[in-house]
Amino acid sequence: MNACRLPGFAYWTYMVNLISHTPGLDPMLPRPFRVARAIRETADVVTLELEAPAGPPLRFDPGQFTMLYVFGVGEVPISISGDARKPERLVHTIRSVGLATEALCMLRKGGVVGVRGPFGSRWPMEQARGGDVVVVAGGIGLPPLRPVIYHILHHRKDYGRVYLLYGARTPSDLLFTEELKRWQHTLSHAPGASPVLVTVDRAEGSWDGAVGMVTSLIPNLRLDPAHTTAMIVGPEVMMRFTIAELRKRGIPEARLYLSVERNMKCAVGFCGRCQLGLQFVCKDGPVFAFSQVRNWMTQKEV
Amino acid sequence: MSKSQFVLERSGLEQLLQALKNEGYVTLGPTVRERAIVFGELHTLEDLPVGLKDWQEGGTYRLEPRADPALFGYNVGPQSPKQFLHPPLLRLLRASKTAQGFEIVSETEPLPKYAFFGLRACELQAIQIQDQVFLGGPYQDSHYKARREQVLILAVNCTQAGNACFCTSMNSGPKARAGFDLALTEVLEGDRHYFVGAVGSGAGARLLNQIAHRPASEREWNQAEALVDQTARNMGRGLNTEGLKELLYQNLDHPRWEEVAGRCLSCGNCTQVCPTCFCTSVEDHTDLTGQIAERTRHWDSCFTADFSYLHGGNVRVSTRARYRQWLTHKLATWQDQFGSLGCVGCGRCITWCPVGIDLTEEVAAMGGVHVQNQP
Repeated sequence: MNACRLPGFAYWTYMVNLISHTPGLDPMLPRPFRVARAIRETADVVTLELEAPAGPPLRFDPGQFTMLYVFGVGEVPISISGDARKPERLVHTIRSVGLATEALCMLRKGGVVGVRGPFGSRWPMEQARGGDVVVVAGGIGLPPLRPVIYHILHHRKDYGRVYLLYGARTPSDLLFTEELKRWQHTLSHAPGASPVLVTVDRAEGSWDGAVGMVTSLIPNLRLDPAHTTAMIVGPEVMMRFTIAELRKRGIPEARLYLSVERNMKCAVGFCGRCQLGLQFVCKDGPVFAFSQVRNWMTQKEV
Repeated sequence: MSKSQFVLERSGLEQLLQALKNEGYVTLGPTVRERAIVFGELHTLEDLPVGLKDWQEGGTYRLEPRADPALFGYNVGPQSPKQFLHPPLLRLLRASKTAQGFEIVSETEPLPKYAFFGLRACELQAIQIQDQVFLGGPYQDSHYKARREQVLILAVNCTQAGNACFCTSMNSGPKARAGFDLALTEVLEGDRHYFVGAVGSGAGARLLNQIAHRPASEREWNQAEALVDQTARNMGRGLNTEGLKELLYQNLDHPRWEEVAGRCLSCGNCTQVCPTCFCTSVEDHTDLTGQIAERTRHWDSCFTADFSYLHGGNVRVSTRARYRQWLTHKLATWQDQFGSLGCVGCGRCITWCPVGIDLTEEVAAMGGVHVQNQP
């Protein structure tokens, strides 16, 4: 079988040349950034705006992530939640769920964070042009999608109807509430349209909005399904149900994109931990076309 | 006979060790430690497991005396060059706290130059597979690269096959075909004991010029070839690779995964002895004063609970899922990721599995063709 044949001498010579001639920085070394602003979003979520004290800003595309390091504590992959057109402020929105994320959430202005990256694949902003867009976020899945919203706002005429469907556990878990209100107008494609649809699992206080699964918002969207692109981030079970619901609306499978999370220690394909079947989430993802991961995401414990 | 085919006597091989030392190499080769053959530093040929053979089976490894004084009369032990090119524990960075935050302390310690003495063909293929993992993608592992690029390899063709061996199935051996500086076949014929060799690189040719050698006669060359051919015919095991990827992709729900999980201890031994398994963990910590932080990388295993940890739980909770991940990675997804199988047929995972789980048998149970032990 071809796949297991030892490559010939030419290949070996090629490898040896590759080895002795490739310079390059160690991708495992972090670069120190300073916290310019720390914004408490909710009880357990903080947005950090970082600036590079020296050297160029870190340019990125919507969908990419970095590895954030707190001195001596640890390092975690975090999606960039800022505007790709304003790279001088590198923005991440972090939920405190473990040692490293807790340390990140406790940082204040002037604090230092080690940054590696940006890593990973991008949201299909080009492929989505000319059609409708449905952005679906569950919980802490909204920050990785905020660069998508910013991109669309900068290029609003390039896209048709745009919807942001956002589900959170409770009203007090909602992120970016001021921006959500603004987007209700700025994302709108026609007077009276409501592009931002928010739902919570459990109503509290004075909440008078929708209650229920984010998938319940899908059947009533006005869309041109054949020309609609969907971008989804949330817990895997939520993404699976969302995809099923979007398929029912007739959105082609090839136009469904999602961002996947897996344990990750290096972000450059060396640690092997983020494998999802044949994909490495760090270098092939985290943004995938659904067709790339369908066979693995429908299996348990892959 | 090509000029590059030569013969060394035992004394010539001894000179080769000296020549490597003169060139500043640390020579690593098979040595006996704690009743197993492991890599150790070689100073003389007497440091080799002279006159020993190994008996390997699922979950079994024994050293036994041979009837002859062969220097390479055994197969692979639990360690592989991975031990040195992709070290089990490695410091990735040191940083010290400063008023402004932290700064990286650069590493200046020079790396030793390794010469591997007596690598088998399957191990050469394993190195080539790890080259693809660490150097063939969008990012390069500078730690692997620095070690790899100064390595010198003296290969030895296998003149006997072990019970756990199936290199012919994986097209990796028993004869070293590429990726070496010098390659030898050990021949014991009555009173004669010599090594038929081939040159694989300029560095190999330069070394050869420093030691006593002579051109190989056609008879000597044929003798060496015959020994390797005989090895190829005596593989202890076999694995049919035809359609292997598809077989595994189509059987992610096969009941056999549950069955093997009932025997598997999820100990990770197979991943530690595997010459291609590369997965690691990265840990950050500080000294007691909190002033110096380090980041270390150590070998990890897809059989540990922590390996797939995400906040809220582990992705692969069951042993069934972990064994399936390991085997499908080795034999199927590896092909899509790196363009080759992740297995070289060395049989270490079979020998060193405490309960003797045999991947060739597991694949056969999924519908592949199982080649029974041959006499």
